[in-house]
Amino acid sequence: MKKKLVRKLVMQLVAFVVIFIVLTLLMNTGVINTFWAGILLLCGINVTLAVSLNLATGYLGQLTLGHAGFMAVGAYVSALCSIYLNLPFALTLILGALSAGLVGLLIGIPILRLKGDYLCIITLAFNEIIRVIIVNLKITNGAKGLIGTPNDTTFAWVFWLMALTIFVVYSIVNSRHGRAIIAIREDDTASELSGINNVYYKILAFAISALFAGLAGGLYSHYIGVLVPKYFDYNKSVEILVMVVLGGMGNLPGSIIAALVLTILPSLLMSFSQYRMLVYAIVLIAAMLLKHSDAGIALRAKLPKFHRKNKEVTE
Amino acid sequence: MAQPLLKTEGLGIQFGGLKAVDEFNFEIEQGQLFGLIGPNGAGKTTIFNLLTGVYQPTSGQILFEGQSLLHKSPTKITEMGIARTFQNIRLFKDMSVIDNVKVGLHHSEEYHLISAILHTPSFFKGEEEIDRKARELLRVFDLEQYAQVKASNLPYGKQRQLEIARALGTDPKLLLLDEPAAGMNPTETADLMKTIELVREKFGVAILLIEHDMKLVMGICEKIAVLNFGTMLAFDVPEKIKNNPQVIEAYLGSDE
Repeated sequence: MKKKLVRKLVMQLVAFVVIFIVLTLLMNTGVINTFWAGILLLCGINVTLAVSLNLATGYLGQLTLGHAGFMAVGAYVSALCSIYLNLPFALTLILGALSAGLVGLLIGIPILRLKGDYLCIITLAFNEIIRVIIVNLKITNGAKGLIGTPNDTTFAWVFWLMALTIFVVYSIVNSRHGRAIIAIREDDTASELSGINNVYYKILAFAISALFAGLAGGLYSHYIGVLVPKYFDYNKSVEILVMVVLGGMGNLPGSIIAALVLTILPSLLMSFSQYRMLVYAIVLIAAMLLKHSDAGIALRAKLPKFHRKNKEVTE
Repeated sequence: MAQPLLKTEGLGIQFGGLKAVDEFNFEIEQGQLFGLIGPNGAGKTTIFNLLTGVYQPTSGQILFEGQSLLHKSPTKITEMGIARTFQNIRLFKDMSVIDNVKVGLHHSEEYHLISAILHTPSFFKGEEEIDRKARELLRVFDLEQYAQVKASNLPYGKQRQLEIARALGTDPKLLLLDEPAAGMNPTETADLMKTIELVREKFGVAILLIEHDMKLVMGICEKIAVLNFGTMLAFDVPEKIKNNPQVIEAYLGSDE
């Protein structure tokens, strides 16, 4: 088992290195122009967001709508650390991520007593509270936007921190801790009576999810010239949630692909950007229809099987 | 004489004006196999919920190995050594059969989250150990060939057995089975009887089971507690229960 797992991880690492080298080469030789390089960078940030939200929503099963709020915490903390304290980039990223994680921990303790719709609404409210606080603070320069954050974010930073996020979430999910988290999603009474400390694992997953959202926020703030609070409104939270839902709850490759598609597609369709939310809705409905329709099932049967867990038992 | 494994003293719970369980006095010792029977709504599952901390009793005391279980969380009680199954099966449906058992084994190897992320030797050792123990448990229940199957895709009887396997993963001293034979055909029930006896021998656990299948209860239980309207009617060996007029009137008589 150990050998198999190590080989799998090494293979994945090699794949990441190859993708990274190819993309860097293409960018340096100008095959990928600066416009597309910027989109790739946003892709990496969105993948980080989607993968981290998948831990809380997909694996833990808690529908939350406040992911952009955590991203905002990370973005502003790291930007302010850069501007006012002149800290090195890596340190500001860590501080941004840690403060987002801490906020996640603190608000997770009271709000994770709620379930379903109630949790959804309260996380949405949290998102708005964070945004309104940022708008009203002097230090963040309110709605006018924060200027002067150094442009330290490079493609390499985004790519490797995205890889780190994927790796960490993957490792958690495939350990006893991850099984506990998934068990809570499946049946929280049964998990409690199987010796799982529900409260601990809910808060843990939520805080880790917030931590990586904060990391993505730090990357974003050091990429974008003007950091405006409006970016972190509930539309952004919905956008991340759509990536997770579209890719499949509790499906890591799925949320990576969905994040890529949903970042690249709107950029291609820039001319009708005002219909973006409409397109999201249509894509979601289409995904739901295709999931259970005969045509959709037939299509999937033709695709190579990645795992055999869904094998039916006949007796 | 050592103290009993589990002892309840005047245990009771009231929901509003309804006394669901009242003055329930019960004792079970290491390795014993007792039954709990009674008509529908008599309070059998409520007693299980009281013992596992899902409900807090409004009166009385529960002692497990001499320690009070009052105000303890279900998780804590499970860690202390009481495991249970459910009347309506509660498996982790979307997880594989082996992962269901591994959730039960959560506390058997306590490697840290950090070592899971860094893939330290203790992670590999822990996972290998959990995998070995899970397969061992699956083998006992003849579920090994289904290890990678999604739990919800198992046939009904197998799901019941998987639930017992998961409960045993927590390494209990007392196993509570809530209608393990519900919905089973006679062959499956016979299989289940064998499994229960095997579990008791192999794991040395005390078992308390709720059941409506009289053949099963009379066949394997050493002692039977009969419950009616939340109070204990009788607590005796099966032969005496069979001939107890009160019990016949309340339960067996109305059945036939």
